[in-house]
Amino acid sequence: MAILKTFFYLLVYPGLVFLIVYSLFCEWFDRKTYARLQNRRGPLHTGKAGLLQPAADLIKLFSKEDIVPEKADRIMFTALPVFGLAIILTSAMYLPIWNYSMTKTGFNSFPGDIIVLIYLLSLPTIILFLAGWHSTSFFSTIGGVRVITMFFGYEIPLLLSVLSPAILAGSWRLAEIAQFFQANPGLLSVNVIGFFIALAALQAKLERTPFDIPHAETEIVGGTFTEYTGRKLAFFRLITDIEMVVGSGLIATVFLGGFPGGIFSSFIWFIIKTLFVIFLLSVIKAAFSRLRIDQMVRFSWYILAPLGILQIFITLLVKLKF
Amino acid sequence: MSITIPIGPQHPALKEPISLKMTFDGEIIKDADIRLGYNHRGLEKLFEGKSYVQNIYVTERICGICSHSHTTCFVNGVEKLLGIEIPKRASYIRMLIGELERVHSHLLWLGVAGHEAGFESFFMYTWRDREIVMDILEESSGNRVHYAINTIGGVRRDIDETQRTRILNSLKILKERTDYYKNLGTTEPSFVARLSGIGILPREQALSLCSVGPTLRASNIDMDVRKDDPYLAYDEVPFEVSTADTCDVLGRTVVRIKELFQSYNIIEYILRNLPAGDIKAKVPRKVPAGETVSRYEAPRGENIHYIKSNGTEKPERLKVRAPTLANYPATVAMLKNGFIADIPLIFAAIDPCICCAERMVEVKDTKTGRAEIKTFDELKKYSRDFYKNHKKIKKDTVWPF
Repeated sequence: MAILKTFFYLLVYPGLVFLIVYSLFCEWFDRKTYARLQNRRGPLHTGKAGLLQPAADLIKLFSKEDIVPEKADRIMFTALPVFGLAIILTSAMYLPIWNYSMTKTGFNSFPGDIIVLIYLLSLPTIILFLAGWHSTSFFSTIGGVRVITMFFGYEIPLLLSVLSPAILAGSWRLAEIAQFFQANPGLLSVNVIGFFIALAALQAKLERTPFDIPHAETEIVGGTFTEYTGRKLAFFRLITDIEMVVGSGLIATVFLGGFPGGIFSSFIWFIIKTLFVIFLLSVIKAAFSRLRIDQMVRFSWYILAPLGILQIFITLLVKLKF
Repeated sequence: MSITIPIGPQHPALKEPISLKMTFDGEIIKDADIRLGYNHRGLEKLFEGKSYVQNIYVTERICGICSHSHTTCFVNGVEKLLGIEIPKRASYIRMLIGELERVHSHLLWLGVAGHEAGFESFFMYTWRDREIVMDILEESSGNRVHYAINTIGGVRRDIDETQRTRILNSLKILKERTDYYKNLGTTEPSFVARLSGIGILPREQALSLCSVGPTLRASNIDMDVRKDDPYLAYDEVPFEVSTADTCDVLGRTVVRIKELFQSYNIIEYILRNLPAGDIKAKVPRKVPAGETVSRYEAPRGENIHYIKSNGTEKPERLKVRAPTLANYPATVAMLKNGFIADIPLIFAAIDPCICCAERMVEVKDTKTGRAEIKTFDELKKYSRDFYKNHKKIKKDTVWPF
């Protein structure tokens, strides 16, 4: 029974099937919100209110011609999208949605899983860089270099901001952090600064406006994805979508009190809280213009990182009094 | 290490084909070279085979945005050659359409600037409001793009009372929205951070490189053909020449927004003081021999038409100098020492209309630099032979071949 449950966990909920379906729904939600904020309608025709549009886009990409540039490293070029998808699907396992026990640790919930999750979330960035680098075209290379430059900017603030709830809860285990805040919801307000830092860092990680520098279409065509077509590009799109779900899930776990209850109520909480985070991400996307790479790094180090340290300082003060 | 990269002829930042050959050192542009000729349409040859009246509609098709600018420039020149004075009402209607066109062109440009800077919301909003102007233009002329309102000796359509009130009502909405864009475009931190300080064109350089239009006025030079050499009835209309002193892309944005407000005022003045009378004077078909230069302040800058007549019903020569062509030397100067990220912004800031500026194609051998004249069949044969002979080097080809 336990094995069956684990298989269900890996393949159906919250594994492969759920992640793909829900990430496509989130893409639709993001597109629709973004469109409404811009006074547009967004997807309309495929499915009810365009619900199936992201799926249709994905299927279309899967059926397109798959081209590998002559000069590109064929093995790396082909393997990277698959590795990326595998990594991001693995990272979703560590979100405390279901199938973990508070009393004993399991394969998907143990002290220190917050670090594993952040590590797994940062790997797709390396994948993107390598993908750009191994495409060998000028635009991809520039895109790849920009990916890694941005990575040095946002990763430290993200880590700092995610650490502060962990310090407050006194645990390195996501499920325990979430449980701590469910027990003391008032303490969530301590991490408000951290929440916004994490939102900005996630926005940068997902390469969305104002941080869509690595694939700024008017500057460097498709950036990292310039040479990618068909199936491989579809994989990358799926990676970005699932990364959005996992990233917002992480933020919801540590800053919004996680997903309490059994399989059904935690499912509903997961949907509500991740959609709330994605809504905020869409608002950020609509409200700003793209920054230049030097401005982005300066913003991360001059504003986000000091704020992150301030957040940790506040957390320590509260912890001392608490 | 510096590398040379072609931006274009096909690139998402460019809406029309042009080749910018850039030399980069890291993310910094060291050198830029502009190559034209991808969009040559043989218009000047076409002008010579058509009568003056037919040519109004050909000049209209030089540009898809400042179509009225080209026809007005052309008919003003022809009327100068004919030595006739057009009715007052006609010149007011011409001015009205011209200013509406400026409004639509500048709103379009604001959207393009937003798009190039990655500010998609700004793009969507300005283009939504551009539809208001497009609707006005459609109502008053019958068409959204090629208004076809000019004819030699006057205009083809009159403005009636209902149209007048409708335009005035729409103007109110436009003024309100433009005020919002003024705030958004000049105070939104991420947008301003992208625009300010890039594409610097100092006053002296702007003058010596002969730039025109908003690019020139953003370098704090108040040159405007409407003021300096008034055509139609611009000497009767009160307006100010908008300038900015920052000499960068932000300045060009500010100039365009200021010009929007000036245009609204001009349109209002025209509608409130529209003189009564005929809209068209009778003109002969044949134009007396002579030559003339006609100047017009298009939304993008000074537009020049040179018309040479030989006493028949067809012009002997019609030379068009579109404003974009005058701004190319300044663009090269502005691009130097910029970032890769700023290329689309700097280039878009001159509001390039590439196919308007295409006038001549010279077939040149890139290796020897020798120019020669080829017929179309010869060119086709050359391209077939080229690809037959160059199959082997397909793998490591560098641009240009």
